[in-house]
Amino acid sequence: MILSVIVVLGSLVSVLVVILVKGAPALTVSMLTETSTGGYYLGGKGGVLNAIVGSVYLVGGATAIAVAISLPTALYLNEYASRSKLAGFARQSLDILWSVPSIIYGVFGFTIMVYFGIRASLLGGILALAMLELPIMIRAMDEVMRMIPLKLKESSYALGATKLETALNVIARQALPGVTMGVLLAVGRAIGDAASVLFTAGYTDSIPRSLFDPVASLPLAVFFQLATPFPEVQQRAYASGFILLIIVLSLSVASRLLTKKATAYVIK
Amino acid sequence: MLSTTILSSLIVVAIALVLLQKSTLVLTTHSLSELLLSSSWRPSKNEFGFYPYIVGTLWVTGLAMAISTVPSLLMAIYLVEYAPARIRSIIKPMVDLLAGIPSVVYGLWALLLIVPFIRDQLAALAGVTTTGYTVLAGGIVLAVMVTPITISVSEEVIRAVPRPIREASMALGATRWQTVKHAVIRSAFPGIIAAVILGFGRAFGETIAVLMVVGNVAKVPVSLFDPAYPIPALIANNYGEMMSIPSYESAFMLAALLLLLIVLLFSIVAAVLLVGIKRRYVVG
Repeated sequence: MILSVIVVLGSLVSVLVVILVKGAPALTVSMLTETSTGGYYLGGKGGVLNAIVGSVYLVGGATAIAVAISLPTALYLNEYASRSKLAGFARQSLDILWSVPSIIYGVFGFTIMVYFGIRASLLGGILALAMLELPIMIRAMDEVMRMIPLKLKESSYALGATKLETALNVIARQALPGVTMGVLLAVGRAIGDAASVLFTAGYTDSIPRSLFDPVASLPLAVFFQLATPFPEVQQRAYASGFILLIIVLSLSVASRLLTKKATAYVIK
Repeated sequence: MLSTTILSSLIVVAIALVLLQKSTLVLTTHSLSELLLSSSWRPSKNEFGFYPYIVGTLWVTGLAMAISTVPSLLMAIYLVEYAPARIRSIIKPMVDLLAGIPSVVYGLWALLLIVPFIRDQLAALAGVTTTGYTVLAGGIVLAVMVTPITISVSEEVIRAVPRPIREASMALGATRWQTVKHAVIRSAFPGIIAAVILGFGRAFGETIAVLMVVGNVAKVPVSLFDPAYPIPALIANNYGEMMSIPSYESAFMLAALLLLLIVLLFSIVAAVLLVGIKRRYVVG
Protein backbone atom coordinates (compact mmCIF):
# COMPACT_ATOMS: atom_id res chain seq x y z
CA MET A 1 0.00 0.00 0.00
CA ILE A 2 2.76 2.37 0.87
CA LEU A 3 4.35 1.30 -2.38
CA SER A 4 1.38 2.51 -4.37
CA VAL A 5 1.43 5.84 -2.54
CA ILE A 6 5.09 6.19 -3.42
CA VAL A 7 4.48 5.29 -7.05
CA VAL A 8 1.61 7.74 -7.48
CA LEU A 9 3.27 10.63 -5.70
CA GLY A 10 6.54 9.75 -7.34
CA SER A 11 5.03 10.15 -10.78
CA LEU A 12 3.71 13.59 -9.83
CA VAL A 13 7.14 14.64 -8.65
CA SER A 14 8.67 13.12 -11.76
CA VAL A 15 6.40 15.13 -14.05
CA LEU A 16 7.19 18.36 -12.25
CA VAL A 17 10.90 17.69 -12.14
CA VAL A 18 11.26 16.63 -15.78
CA ILE A 19 9.39 19.65 -17.10
CA LEU A 20 11.31 21.93 -14.77
CA VAL A 21 14.69 20.54 -15.69
CA LYS A 22 14.05 20.56 -19.41
CA GLY A 23 12.00 23.69 -19.61
CA ALA A 24 13.60 26.19 -17.28
CA PRO A 25 16.97 26.43 -19.06
CA ALA A 26 15.25 27.18 -22.34
CA LEU A 27 13.12 29.92 -20.87
CA THR A 28 14.39 33.36 -21.85
CA VAL A 29 12.85 36.76 -21.39
CA SER A 30 12.33 37.12 -25.11
CA MET A 31 10.17 34.00 -25.05
CA LEU A 32 7.77 35.73 -22.76
CA THR A 33 7.73 39.12 -24.36
CA GLU A 34 7.88 38.59 -28.09
CA THR A 35 5.39 37.08 -30.43
CA SER A 36 6.39 34.54 -33.03
CA THR A 37 7.99 35.79 -36.18
CA GLY A 38 7.81 34.23 -39.58
CA GLY A 39 10.67 31.81 -39.24
CA TYR A 40 9.86 30.82 -35.69
CA TYR A 41 9.16 27.20 -36.29
CA LEU A 42 12.23 26.88 -38.40
CA GLY A 43 14.50 28.17 -35.68
CA GLY A 44 14.00 31.89 -36.13
CA LYS A 45 13.59 34.46 -33.46
CA GLY A 46 10.60 35.32 -31.39
CA GLY A 47 8.68 34.07 -28.43
CA VAL A 48 5.35 32.74 -27.35
CA LEU A 49 3.69 35.95 -26.23
CA ASN A 50 1.04 35.37 -28.90
CA ALA A 51 0.21 32.06 -27.27
CA ILE A 52 0.21 33.42 -23.72
CA VAL A 53 -2.01 36.39 -24.57
CA GLY A 54 -4.15 34.17 -26.79
CA SER A 55 -4.72 31.72 -23.97
CA VAL A 56 -5.63 34.56 -21.64
CA TYR A 57 -8.18 35.92 -24.13
CA LEU A 58 -9.63 32.47 -24.80
CA VAL A 59 -9.98 31.44 -21.21
CA GLY A 60 -11.10 34.89 -20.07
CA GLY A 61 -13.92 35.01 -22.58
CA ALA A 62 -14.90 31.41 -21.99
CA THR A 63 -14.94 31.82 -18.20
CA ALA A 64 -17.08 34.94 -18.42
CA ILE A 65 -19.67 33.13 -20.51
CA ALA A 66 -19.47 29.97 -18.42
CA VAL A 67 -19.93 31.80 -15.10
CA ALA A 68 -22.83 33.80 -16.53
CA ILE A 69 -24.56 30.56 -17.44
CA SER A 70 -23.51 28.31 -14.58
CA LEU A 71 -24.23 30.56 -11.59
CA PRO A 72 -27.93 31.09 -12.42
CA THR A 73 -28.21 27.42 -13.34
CA ALA A 74 -26.75 26.26 -10.04
CA LEU A 75 -28.94 28.69 -8.11
CA TYR A 76 -31.98 27.53 -10.04
CA LEU A 77 -31.20 23.86 -9.49
CA ASN A 78 -30.89 24.40 -5.78
CA GLU A 79 -33.48 26.98 -5.00
CA TYR A 80 -36.35 26.74 -7.41
CA ALA A 81 -36.48 23.27 -8.76
CA SER A 82 -34.54 21.05 -6.43
CA ARG A 83 -36.69 17.99 -6.74
CA SER A 84 -38.34 18.54 -10.05
CA LYS A 85 -37.85 16.36 -13.11
CA LEU A 86 -36.05 19.19 -14.85
CA ALA A 87 -33.44 19.32 -12.09
CA GLY A 88 -32.89 15.57 -12.30
CA PHE A 89 -32.56 15.69 -16.07
CA ALA A 90 -30.27 18.72 -15.94
CA ARG A 91 -27.98 17.17 -13.33
CA GLN A 92 -27.73 13.89 -15.21
CA SER A 93 -27.07 15.63 -18.50
CA LEU A 94 -24.39 17.80 -16.91
CA ASP A 95 -22.79 14.74 -15.36
CA ILE A 96 -22.53 13.21 -18.79
CA LEU A 97 -21.19 16.45 -20.22
CA TRP A 98 -18.51 16.36 -17.54
CA SER A 99 -17.12 13.10 -18.89
CA VAL A 100 -17.23 14.09 -22.54
CA PRO A 101 -13.75 14.05 -24.08
CA SER A 102 -12.64 17.52 -25.04
CA ILE A 103 -12.02 16.60 -28.64
CA ILE A 104 -15.74 16.18 -29.07
CA TYR A 105 -16.22 19.81 -28.04
CA GLY A 106 -13.77 20.65 -30.79
CA VAL A 107 -15.60 18.57 -33.37
CA PHE A 108 -19.00 19.88 -32.33
CA GLY A 109 -17.81 23.48 -32.13
CA PHE A 110 -16.22 23.20 -35.53
CA THR A 111 -19.37 21.78 -37.09
CA ILE A 112 -21.46 24.59 -35.67
CA MET A 113 -18.93 27.13 -36.84
CA VAL A 114 -19.00 25.75 -40.37
CA TYR A 115 -22.78 25.88 -40.33
CA PHE A 116 -22.73 29.55 -39.40
CA GLY A 117 -19.85 30.38 -41.64
CA ILE A 118 -17.47 31.42 -38.85
CA ARG A 119 -13.84 30.58 -39.44
CA ALA A 120 -11.40 29.24 -36.86
CA SER A 121 -11.22 32.16 -34.51
CA LEU A 122 -11.22 33.52 -30.99
CA LEU A 123 -14.99 33.25 -30.94
CA GLY A 124 -14.96 29.57 -31.83
CA GLY A 125 -12.32 28.81 -29.23
CA ILE A 126 -14.24 30.70 -26.58
CA LEU A 127 -17.41 28.75 -27.30
CA ALA A 128 -15.63 25.39 -27.19
CA LEU A 129 -13.86 26.24 -23.93
CA ALA A 130 -17.08 27.59 -22.41
CA MET A 131 -18.70 24.22 -23.09
CA LEU A 132 -15.73 22.55 -21.44
CA GLU A 133 -15.86 24.74 -18.33
CA LEU A 134 -19.62 24.65 -17.87
CA PRO A 135 -20.08 21.17 -16.34
CA ILE A 136 -17.06 21.57 -14.06
CA MET A 137 -18.34 24.86 -12.69
CA ILE A 138 -21.94 23.77 -12.31
CA ARG A 139 -20.98 20.57 -10.53
CA ALA A 140 -18.73 22.42 -8.06
CA MET A 141 -21.32 25.12 -7.42
CA ASP A 142 -24.11 22.59 -7.06
CA GLU A 143 -22.19 20.53 -4.51
CA VAL A 144 -21.45 23.57 -2.41
CA MET A 145 -24.96 24.97 -2.55
CA ARG A 146 -26.46 21.63 -1.60
CA MET A 147 -24.50 21.65 1.62
CA ILE A 148 -25.93 24.95 2.82
CA PRO A 149 -28.01 24.15 5.89
CA LEU A 150 -31.74 24.45 5.46
CA LYS A 151 -32.04 26.57 8.61
CA LEU A 152 -30.10 29.36 6.98
CA LYS A 153 -32.50 29.54 4.07
CA GLU A 154 -35.49 29.21 6.33
CA SER A 155 -34.31 32.08 8.51
CA SER A 156 -34.00 34.22 5.43
CA TYR A 157 -37.52 33.41 4.31
CA ALA A 158 -38.81 33.95 7.85
CA LEU A 159 -37.49 37.48 7.67
CA GLY A 160 -39.59 38.07 4.59
CA ALA A 161 -37.00 37.73 1.84
CA THR A 162 -38.13 36.59 -1.58
CA LYS A 163 -36.62 33.57 -3.29
CA LEU A 164 -34.46 35.78 -5.45
CA GLU A 165 -33.23 37.82 -2.51
CA THR A 166 -32.41 34.66 -0.60
CA ALA A 167 -30.66 33.20 -3.58
CA LEU A 168 -28.49 36.25 -4.14
CA ASN A 169 -27.74 37.33 -0.61
CA VAL A 170 -27.69 34.18 1.43
CA ILE A 171 -26.95 31.24 -0.83
CA ALA A 172 -24.50 32.91 -3.16
CA ARG A 173 -22.54 34.38 -0.29
CA GLN A 174 -22.39 31.08 1.62
CA ALA A 175 -21.33 29.27 -1.49
CA LEU A 176 -18.65 31.79 -2.42
CA PRO A 177 -15.61 29.69 -1.42
CA GLY A 178 -16.86 26.67 -3.29
CA VAL A 179 -17.85 28.74 -6.27
CA THR A 180 -14.41 30.34 -6.38
CA MET A 181 -12.73 26.98 -6.23
CA GLY A 182 -15.00 25.62 -8.95
CA VAL A 183 -14.32 28.54 -11.24
CA LEU A 184 -10.57 28.31 -10.79
CA LEU A 185 -10.66 24.55 -11.27
CA ALA A 186 -12.47 25.05 -14.55
CA VAL A 187 -10.05 27.78 -15.61
CA GLY A 188 -7.10 25.53 -14.88
CA ARG A 189 -8.61 22.77 -16.97
CA ALA A 190 -9.47 25.10 -19.84
CA ILE A 191 -6.08 26.76 -20.06
CA GLY A 192 -4.36 23.45 -20.56
CA ASP A 193 -6.78 21.93 -22.99
CA ALA A 194 -5.53 21.49 -26.53
CA ALA A 195 -8.03 19.16 -28.15
CA SER A 196 -10.97 21.53 -28.01
CA VAL A 197 -9.10 24.53 -29.40
CA LEU A 198 -7.28 22.57 -32.07
CA PHE A 199 -9.99 23.02 -34.67
CA THR A 200 -11.96 25.88 -33.29
CA ALA A 201 -9.39 28.53 -32.44
CA GLY A 202 -6.87 28.05 -35.20
CA TYR A 203 -3.35 29.18 -34.68
CA THR A 204 -1.51 32.34 -35.58
CA ASP A 205 1.65 34.29 -35.00
CA SER A 206 -0.07 37.46 -33.95
CA ILE A 207 -2.29 38.60 -31.17
CA PRO A 208 -5.92 38.69 -32.29
CA ARG A 209 -7.50 42.07 -32.75
CA SER A 210 -11.09 40.98 -33.11
CA LEU A 211 -13.30 38.08 -32.14
CA PHE A 212 -13.03 36.69 -35.63
CA ASP A 213 -9.25 36.50 -35.82
CA PRO A 214 -7.55 33.18 -35.27
CA VAL A 215 -5.78 32.93 -31.95
CA ALA A 216 -2.79 31.00 -30.64
CA SER A 217 -2.92 29.11 -27.37
CA LEU A 218 -0.23 27.78 -25.07
CA PRO A 219 -1.05 24.07 -25.30
CA LEU A 220 -1.07 24.25 -29.09
CA ALA A 221 2.17 26.22 -29.00
CA VAL A 222 3.79 23.36 -27.11
CA PHE A 223 2.29 20.84 -29.46
CA PHE A 224 3.34 22.52 -32.68
CA GLN A 225 6.79 23.48 -31.51
CA LEU A 226 7.41 19.91 -30.46
CA ALA A 227 6.48 18.68 -33.90
CA THR A 228 9.37 20.44 -35.65
CA PRO A 229 12.63 18.64 -36.46
CA PHE A 230 14.77 21.42 -35.03
CA PRO A 231 16.18 20.86 -31.54
CA GLU A 232 16.21 24.61 -30.74
CA VAL A 233 12.51 24.83 -31.42
CA GLN A 234 11.88 21.69 -29.41
CA GLN A 235 13.70 23.32 -26.54
CA ARG A 236 11.26 26.17 -26.80
CA ALA A 237 8.46 23.64 -26.59
CA TYR A 238 9.80 22.49 -23.26
CA ALA A 239 9.98 26.08 -22.10
CA SER A 240 6.40 26.72 -23.19
CA GLY A 241 5.33 23.58 -21.38
CA PHE A 242 7.09 24.90 -18.33
CA ILE A 243 5.23 28.22 -18.60
CA LEU A 244 1.93 26.35 -18.87
CA LEU A 245 2.76 24.24 -15.84
CA ILE A 246 3.68 27.30 -13.80
CA ILE A 247 0.41 28.97 -14.73
CA VAL A 248 -1.64 25.92 -13.75
CA LEU A 249 0.25 25.46 -10.49
CA SER A 250 -0.20 29.13 -9.55
CA LEU A 251 -3.91 28.86 -10.30
CA SER A 252 -4.08 25.87 -7.97
CA VAL A 253 -2.31 27.72 -5.18
CA ALA A 254 -4.35 30.88 -5.81
CA SER A 255 -7.59 28.96 -5.64
CA ARG A 256 -6.64 27.54 -2.28
CA LEU A 257 -5.74 30.98 -0.94
CA LEU A 258 -8.81 32.71 -2.36
CA THR A 259 -11.06 29.98 -1.00
CA LYS A 260 -9.61 30.50 2.45
CA LYS A 261 -10.21 34.24 2.19
CA ALA A 262 -13.74 33.83 0.92
CA THR A 263 -14.52 31.52 3.82
CA ALA A 264 -14.44 34.63 6.00
CA TYR A 265 -17.90 35.49 4.73
CA VAL A 266 -19.34 32.09 5.44
CA ILE A 267 -21.47 31.38 8.47
CA LYS A 268 -20.46 28.10 10.00
CA MET B 1 -32.32 31.17 -14.50
CA LEU B 2 -34.68 28.64 -15.98
CA SER B 3 -33.37 29.43 -19.42
CA THR B 4 -29.75 28.87 -18.50
CA THR B 5 -30.63 25.56 -16.89
CA ILE B 6 -32.47 24.39 -19.96
CA LEU B 7 -29.65 25.61 -22.17
CA SER B 8 -26.95 23.78 -20.23
CA SER B 9 -28.88 20.57 -20.00
CA LEU B 10 -29.53 20.52 -23.72
CA ILE B 11 -25.89 20.89 -24.76
CA VAL B 12 -25.14 17.21 -24.52
CA VAL B 13 -28.31 16.41 -26.45
CA ALA B 14 -27.36 18.91 -29.14
CA ILE B 15 -23.90 17.41 -29.51
CA ALA B 16 -25.29 13.90 -29.84
CA LEU B 17 -27.88 14.99 -32.42
CA VAL B 18 -25.42 16.92 -34.55
CA LEU B 19 -22.92 14.07 -34.57
CA LEU B 20 -25.67 11.58 -35.39
CA GLN B 21 -27.01 13.66 -38.24
CA LYS B 22 -23.56 14.05 -39.75
CA SER B 23 -22.78 10.35 -39.43
CA THR B 24 -25.85 9.22 -41.31
CA LEU B 25 -24.11 9.62 -44.66
CA VAL B 26 -21.46 7.05 -43.91
CA LEU B 27 -23.88 4.83 -42.02
CA THR B 28 -26.23 4.55 -44.96
CA THR B 29 -23.53 3.79 -47.51
CA HIS B 30 -21.58 1.27 -45.47
CA SER B 31 -22.67 -1.70 -43.46
CA LEU B 32 -21.96 -1.65 -39.75
CA SER B 33 -19.84 -4.78 -39.93
CA GLU B 34 -17.64 -3.23 -42.59
CA LEU B 35 -17.14 -0.10 -40.54
CA LEU B 36 -16.33 -1.91 -37.33
CA LEU B 37 -14.47 -4.97 -38.52
CA SER B 38 -12.65 -4.07 -41.72
CA SER B 39 -9.02 -3.03 -41.60
CA SER B 40 -8.83 -1.13 -44.84
CA TRP B 41 -8.87 2.61 -44.42
CA ARG B 42 -8.81 4.25 -47.85
CA PRO B 43 -10.89 7.40 -47.81
CA SER B 44 -10.28 8.15 -51.44
CA LYS B 45 -11.83 4.81 -52.34
CA ASN B 46 -14.60 5.35 -49.82
CA GLU B 47 -13.44 2.53 -47.61
CA PHE B 48 -13.59 3.15 -43.88
CA GLY B 49 -12.52 0.23 -41.75
CA PHE B 50 -12.28 1.31 -38.15
CA TYR B 51 -11.01 -1.99 -36.81
CA PRO B 52 -7.31 -1.10 -36.25
CA TYR B 53 -8.32 2.13 -34.56
CA ILE B 54 -10.86 0.47 -32.31
CA VAL B 55 -8.40 -2.23 -31.30
CA GLY B 56 -5.68 0.36 -30.73
CA THR B 57 -8.00 2.36 -28.50
CA LEU B 58 -8.94 -0.72 -26.51
CA TRP B 59 -5.31 -1.78 -26.07
CA VAL B 60 -4.17 1.59 -24.78
CA THR B 61 -7.20 2.16 -22.55
CA GLY B 62 -7.17 -1.40 -21.21
CA LEU B 63 -3.48 -1.15 -20.39
CA ALA B 64 -4.01 2.17 -18.64
CA MET B 65 -6.75 0.71 -16.48
CA ALA B 66 -4.70 -2.41 -15.74
CA ILE B 67 -1.80 -0.27 -14.55
CA SER B 68 -3.71 2.35 -12.63
CA THR B 69 -6.60 0.57 -10.92
CA VAL B 70 -4.85 -1.33 -8.14
CA PRO B 71 -2.45 1.46 -7.06
CA SER B 72 -5.27 4.02 -7.12
CA LEU B 73 -7.47 1.81 -5.00
CA LEU B 74 -4.71 1.06 -2.51
CA MET B 75 -3.93 4.74 -2.32
CA ALA B 76 -7.58 5.60 -1.66
CA ILE B 77 -7.74 2.96 1.08
CA TYR B 78 -4.57 4.32 2.60
CA LEU B 79 -5.92 7.87 2.54
CA VAL B 80 -9.17 6.94 4.24
CA GLU B 81 -8.24 4.17 6.63
CA TYR B 82 -4.62 4.45 7.52
CA ALA B 83 -3.23 7.90 6.92
CA PRO B 84 -2.89 10.27 9.86
CA ALA B 85 -4.58 13.61 9.29
CA ARG B 86 -1.38 15.51 8.73
CA ILE B 87 -0.16 13.21 6.00
CA ARG B 88 -3.57 13.23 4.41
CA SER B 89 -3.53 17.01 4.28
CA ILE B 90 -0.27 16.88 2.34
CA ILE B 91 -1.15 14.05 0.01
CA LYS B 92 -4.65 15.18 -0.94
CA PRO B 93 -3.50 18.49 -2.49
CA MET B 94 -0.79 16.61 -4.33
CA VAL B 95 -3.35 14.30 -5.89
CA ASP B 96 -5.45 17.32 -6.82
CA LEU B 97 -2.39 18.83 -8.43
CA LEU B 98 -1.89 15.67 -10.44
CA ALA B 99 -5.46 16.01 -11.64
CA GLY B 100 -4.91 19.56 -12.78
CA ILE B 101 -1.83 19.12 -14.95
CA PRO B 102 -2.72 19.81 -18.59
CA SER B 103 -2.56 16.90 -20.96
CA VAL B 104 0.08 18.47 -23.23
CA VAL B 105 2.37 18.64 -20.24
CA TYR B 106 1.78 14.96 -19.55
CA GLY B 107 2.50 14.25 -23.19
CA LEU B 108 5.71 16.24 -22.95
CA TRP B 109 6.78 14.37 -19.83
CA ALA B 110 6.04 11.02 -21.43
CA LEU B 111 7.94 12.03 -24.54
CA LEU B 112 10.97 13.04 -22.52
CA LEU B 113 10.97 10.22 -20.00
CA ILE B 114 8.83 7.25 -20.91
CA VAL B 115 9.52 6.93 -24.62
CA PRO B 116 13.32 6.87 -24.27
CA PHE B 117 12.98 4.53 -21.30
CA ILE B 118 10.96 2.08 -23.35
CA ARG B 119 13.19 2.41 -26.35
CA ASP B 120 16.44 1.94 -24.50
CA GLN B 121 15.86 0.00 -21.31
CA LEU B 122 12.68 -1.99 -21.56
CA ALA B 123 13.08 -3.08 -25.14
CA ALA B 124 16.53 -4.42 -24.44
CA LEU B 125 15.11 -6.41 -21.54
CA ALA B 126 12.36 -7.81 -23.72
CA GLY B 127 14.62 -8.39 -26.67
CA VAL B 128 12.70 -6.32 -29.19
CA THR B 129 13.61 -3.21 -31.13
CA THR B 130 11.18 -0.36 -30.99
CA THR B 131 11.04 3.36 -31.46
CA GLY B 132 9.56 3.78 -28.02
CA TYR B 133 6.35 5.19 -29.47
CA THR B 134 4.24 2.31 -28.34
CA VAL B 135 1.05 1.09 -26.77
CA LEU B 136 3.03 0.79 -23.56
CA ALA B 137 3.96 4.47 -23.58
CA GLY B 138 0.37 5.48 -24.24
CA GLY B 139 -0.86 3.14 -21.54
CA ILE B 140 1.57 4.44 -18.94
CA VAL B 141 0.82 8.11 -19.56
CA LEU B 142 -2.93 7.46 -19.57
CA ALA B 143 -2.60 5.48 -16.34
CA VAL B 144 -0.95 8.44 -14.64
CA MET B 145 -3.65 10.78 -15.95
CA VAL B 146 -6.53 8.57 -14.85
CA THR B 147 -5.18 7.83 -11.36
CA PRO B 148 -6.32 11.06 -9.65
CA ILE B 149 -9.92 10.60 -10.75
CA THR B 150 -10.04 7.00 -9.61
CA ILE B 151 -8.42 7.94 -6.31
CA SER B 152 -10.78 10.79 -5.50
CA VAL B 153 -13.99 8.98 -6.38
CA SER B 154 -12.89 5.78 -4.59
CA GLU B 155 -11.88 7.83 -1.59
CA GLU B 156 -15.31 9.45 -1.37
CA VAL B 157 -17.02 6.11 -1.68
CA ILE B 158 -14.87 4.39 0.93
CA ARG B 159 -15.30 7.30 3.27
CA ALA B 160 -19.07 7.01 2.88
CA VAL B 161 -19.11 3.52 4.40
CA PRO B 162 -20.65 4.09 7.84
CA ARG B 163 -18.56 3.70 10.96
CA PRO B 164 -20.76 1.03 12.57
CA ILE B 165 -19.72 -1.42 9.87
CA ARG B 166 -16.05 -0.97 10.70
CA GLU B 167 -16.74 -1.02 14.42
CA ALA B 168 -18.79 -4.20 14.21
CA SER B 169 -16.02 -5.93 12.32
CA MET B 170 -13.37 -4.91 14.80
CA ALA B 171 -15.63 -5.87 17.70
CA LEU B 172 -15.62 -9.37 16.25
CA GLY B 173 -11.84 -9.39 16.54
CA ALA B 174 -10.80 -8.64 12.98
CA THR B 175 -7.53 -6.87 12.28
CA ARG B 176 -7.42 -3.51 10.49
CA TRP B 177 -6.68 -5.10 7.16
CA GLN B 178 -9.32 -7.78 7.58
CA THR B 179 -11.83 -5.09 8.35
CA VAL B 180 -10.86 -3.16 5.29
CA LYS B 181 -10.84 -6.15 3.02
CA HIS B 182 -13.98 -7.92 4.13
CA ALA B 183 -16.21 -5.22 5.50
CA VAL B 184 -15.35 -1.86 4.02
CA ILE B 185 -14.40 -2.83 0.49
CA ARG B 186 -17.28 -5.23 0.16
CA SER B 187 -19.71 -2.49 1.14
CA ALA B 188 -18.12 0.10 -1.06
CA PHE B 189 -17.72 -2.28 -3.98
CA PRO B 190 -20.32 -0.79 -6.37
CA GLY B 191 -18.89 2.65 -5.76
CA ILE B 192 -15.39 1.41 -6.44
CA ILE B 193 -16.56 -0.11 -9.70
CA ALA B 194 -18.14 3.25 -10.51
CA ALA B 195 -14.82 4.98 -9.83
CA VAL B 196 -13.00 2.60 -12.15
CA ILE B 197 -15.64 3.06 -14.84
CA LEU B 198 -15.38 6.84 -14.62
CA GLY B 199 -11.64 6.55 -14.97
CA PHE B 200 -12.10 4.29 -17.99
CA GLY B 201 -14.35 6.88 -19.58
CA ARG B 202 -11.75 9.56 -19.12
CA ALA B 203 -8.99 7.35 -20.47
CA PHE B 204 -11.04 6.50 -23.51
CA GLY B 205 -11.38 10.05 -24.71
CA GLU B 206 -8.02 11.51 -23.76
CA THR B 207 -6.46 12.80 -26.92
CA ILE B 208 -3.35 14.91 -26.79
CA ALA B 209 -1.07 13.12 -24.38
CA VAL B 210 -1.67 9.75 -26.01
CA LEU B 211 -1.31 11.23 -29.50
CA MET B 212 2.18 12.37 -28.69
CA VAL B 213 3.58 9.02 -27.62
CA VAL B 214 1.63 6.22 -29.16
CA GLY B 215 3.07 6.20 -32.66
CA ASN B 216 -0.04 6.80 -34.74
CA VAL B 217 0.43 3.84 -37.04
CA ALA B 218 -2.79 2.36 -38.34
CA LYS B 219 -2.07 -1.29 -37.79
CA VAL B 220 -3.59 -3.63 -35.28
CA PRO B 221 -1.05 -3.80 -32.46
CA VAL B 222 0.09 -7.29 -31.52
CA SER B 223 2.36 -6.57 -28.61
CA LEU B 224 2.92 -3.90 -26.01
CA PHE B 225 5.83 -2.62 -28.06
CA ASP B 226 3.82 -1.96 -31.20
CA PRO B 227 2.51 1.48 -32.06
CA ALA B 228 -1.22 2.05 -32.16
CA TYR B 229 -3.69 4.64 -33.41
CA PRO B 230 -6.50 5.34 -30.98
CA ILE B 231 -9.71 6.90 -32.23
CA PRO B 232 -9.28 10.34 -30.59
CA ALA B 233 -5.83 10.58 -32.14
CA LEU B 234 -7.33 9.65 -35.51
CA ILE B 235 -9.82 12.49 -35.28
CA ALA B 236 -7.25 15.00 -34.09
CA ASN B 237 -4.66 14.18 -36.71
CA ASN B 238 -6.83 14.14 -39.78
CA TYR B 239 -9.37 16.80 -39.18
CA GLY B 240 -8.08 19.29 -41.69
CA GLU B 241 -7.95 16.89 -44.61
CA MET B 242 -11.32 15.43 -44.16
CA MET B 243 -13.52 18.43 -44.52
CA SER B 244 -13.40 18.45 -48.28
CA ILE B 245 -14.78 14.95 -48.78
CA PRO B 246 -18.29 14.52 -47.35
CA SER B 247 -17.99 10.79 -46.80
CA TYR B 248 -14.64 11.26 -45.04
CA GLU B 249 -16.14 13.91 -42.82
CA SER B 250 -19.08 11.67 -42.09
CA ALA B 251 -16.77 8.83 -41.09
CA PHE B 252 -15.07 11.08 -38.56
CA MET B 253 -18.38 12.21 -37.19
CA LEU B 254 -19.19 8.55 -36.72
CA ALA B 255 -15.92 8.06 -34.86
CA ALA B 256 -16.73 11.03 -32.62
CA LEU B 257 -20.24 9.70 -32.13
CA LEU B 258 -18.86 6.29 -31.12
CA LEU B 259 -16.63 7.98 -28.55
CA LEU B 260 -19.54 10.00 -27.22
CA LEU B 261 -21.84 7.00 -26.95
CA ILE B 262 -19.28 4.88 -25.13
CA VAL B 263 -18.48 7.65 -22.69
CA LEU B 264 -22.21 8.24 -22.22
CA LEU B 265 -22.75 4.58 -21.46
CA PHE B 266 -19.96 4.50 -18.91
CA SER B 267 -21.18 7.70 -17.32
CA ILE B 268 -24.72 6.39 -16.90
CA VAL B 269 -23.58 3.04 -15.51
CA ALA B 270 -21.30 4.78 -13.02
CA ALA B 271 -24.10 7.15 -11.99
CA VAL B 272 -26.50 4.26 -11.40
CA LEU B 273 -23.93 2.47 -9.25
CA LEU B 274 -23.19 5.59 -7.23
CA VAL B 275 -26.85 6.36 -6.64
CA GLY B 276 -27.25 2.80 -5.43
CA ILE B 277 -24.48 3.31 -2.91
CA LYS B 278 -25.91 6.59 -1.68
CA ARG B 279 -29.33 5.05 -1.28
CA ARG B 280 -27.89 2.15 0.69
CA TYR B 281 -26.16 4.40 3.13
CA VAL B 282 -28.63 7.19 3.69
CA VAL B 283 -27.41 8.70 6.92
CA GLY B 284 -30.39 9.76 8.97
